[in-house]
Amino acid sequence: MKEKENKEKEEKPRHPLSEVFDMYIRNFSAVCAMFVLIVIIILAIFGPSLYPTDPFEMVWMPFSPPGQEGFLLGTDYLGRDLMAGLVHGARVSILVGISAAFMSVVIGITIGALAGYYRGTIEEILMRLTEFFQVLPTLLFSMVIVALFGASLPMIVIAIGLVSWTAVARITRAEFLRIRELEFVMASRASGASDFRLIFSVILPNALPPIIVQAALMVGSAILFEAGLSFLGLSDPNIVSWGQIIGSNRQYILDASYTVTVPGLAIFVTVLAISLVGDGLNDALNPKLRRR
Amino acid sequence: MMAPILKVENLSVELKTKEGTSPVIDNLSFELNAGETLSFVGESGCGKSMTALGIMGLLPEKISRVSSGRILFQGEDLASVTQKRLQEIRGNEISMIFQEPMTSLNPVYTIGEQIGEILRRHKGLNRKQSFLQALDLIEAVQIPDTKNKIHSYPFQLSGGQRQRVMIAMALACEPKILVADEPTTALDVTVQAQIFDLLKELRVKTNTAIILITHDMGVVYEMAQKMIVMYAGRKVEEGSVNQVIKSPAHPYTQGLISCVPHLTEKQPEVRERLLEIPGIVPGLTSFGLNKCLFESRCHKSVEKCLSSKPDSQSISTGHQANCWNLGK
Repeated sequence: MKEKENKEKEEKPRHPLSEVFDMYIRNFSAVCAMFVLIVIIILAIFGPSLYPTDPFEMVWMPFSPPGQEGFLLGTDYLGRDLMAGLVHGARVSILVGISAAFMSVVIGITIGALAGYYRGTIEEILMRLTEFFQVLPTLLFSMVIVALFGASLPMIVIAIGLVSWTAVARITRAEFLRIRELEFVMASRASGASDFRLIFSVILPNALPPIIVQAALMVGSAILFEAGLSFLGLSDPNIVSWGQIIGSNRQYILDASYTVTVPGLAIFVTVLAISLVGDGLNDALNPKLRRR
Repeated sequence: MMAPILKVENLSVELKTKEGTSPVIDNLSFELNAGETLSFVGESGCGKSMTALGIMGLLPEKISRVSSGRILFQGEDLASVTQKRLQEIRGNEISMIFQEPMTSLNPVYTIGEQIGEILRRHKGLNRKQSFLQALDLIEAVQIPDTKNKIHSYPFQLSGGQRQRVMIAMALACEPKILVADEPTTALDVTVQAQIFDLLKELRVKTNTAIILITHDMGVVYEMAQKMIVMYAGRKVEEGSVNQVIKSPAHPYTQGLISCVPHLTEKQPEVRERLLEIPGIVPGLTSFGLNKCLFESRCHKSVEKCLSSKPDSQSISTGHQANCWNLGK
């Protein structure tokens, strides 16, 4: 089997994606992080049905330390099962992280692509707009949005997405400025491609690698952001999330430190895993780092 | 005689520079008939590529524009049609091959997708039809192992193969005109010959007119029927290839031809030193002045060359040159 693979390697130049995969596999920490991340995602998807205890239900005495009476992580100040909170909260954290990152990627790509492709006045306006959002104090701005429009899950996603698209916009614009001058863009134009096609199916696919990396990192920061908002009490009170557990137990941090430590660790591990995956993608997608 | 398929009338293209605007193409007129190959020759910076881009409507926006004249393609003025109409024409009725095959293909799509895309856009074919036709096209440009190659990415092909793919893309919709801007400068000599053979063969098959931009006199002699010699944005000589190469009238053309070593019939034992044209092409600022721009490099120059721009003088049928000193 291996021999056959090697033979094929010699005969045929590799597909770019398989080269990226090879590059990624070689990065030990990125592979571990990917493994951890997959476990967390599986937990987020299937956890609630495997561990159906309601995280808001008072199931035992308050402040029982981990391991007692079958409650693996103990209970919080209201006697709620922390394990249930952790399992059910994973879903919210991952969901918010991914959808907020997705939202900011969509906004960022659109604005960056239009600015980089059309240049001129359009670029001026869009880039000033980007700078405007860049200099806003992000936490404050999203707090205002959530406070104004209510602390529902979609609103939190929108608030996070609105404050974090600027990096994507700038990266996209930079890539567009570089790629639009390449000859194959001119060749596509010479074969009759419209502006829309040039932007989205000629230039954008070539600009994607750094955007993908940025998007991966943004999932991590969105999770942190959500935790921050929940900690401040700006989250949907009916949905448990890691940040919310920390926030509601913060008064008891000295008496029952495990109530905040465990969800804190969960956030830390998840964000670290995402960052390492992003880092691994960065190395794998960067042609200059390949074949070293 | 059929009406010419492309008729360029008094075309001028302006380029904005720091010093102001200067005409990089100055009052250029020519005609192109179906199935004919017309060649533009001249040094770098003479406006050959600008002519090609002008015809395609691909002049770099913001720094250049067609300032006067008309580009009549089958009676339609390309200089004044809408962008949308231009997009319909490009790649469908007029297509272009570029200098650099290494960078002219989109690296993220397979060549089959890139060829098929053009067919879907202009001919309205569906995925399957376009795939089959792309297969035929790749076969027609003589790329071996077609069935596998159609799924290759550009980086998996050699330079010659990429240029063949470019040709396949350019000819996908059987255009009326193919603009080839130095299609072989980036390729080595043997591949060059193959590409030109291929172009000739395809021209016969599809009756496509070719505008060939080059600075290689050998290529012109082999490929083209008519040629236009450009200098500093102006046409200096026009005629059939035989007329111009056998009896060049303009001192610049004479210079260009005497620069080329292999156009002599018999190779003498001891070769004479090749002639060269002294000096360089004038800067953009002097483009458009009312004088002969070649004057500073010309051994025949007289006072009149400094005071007025030479008119087109007829030498024989279809052969004309812009010089005050013809026959002297």
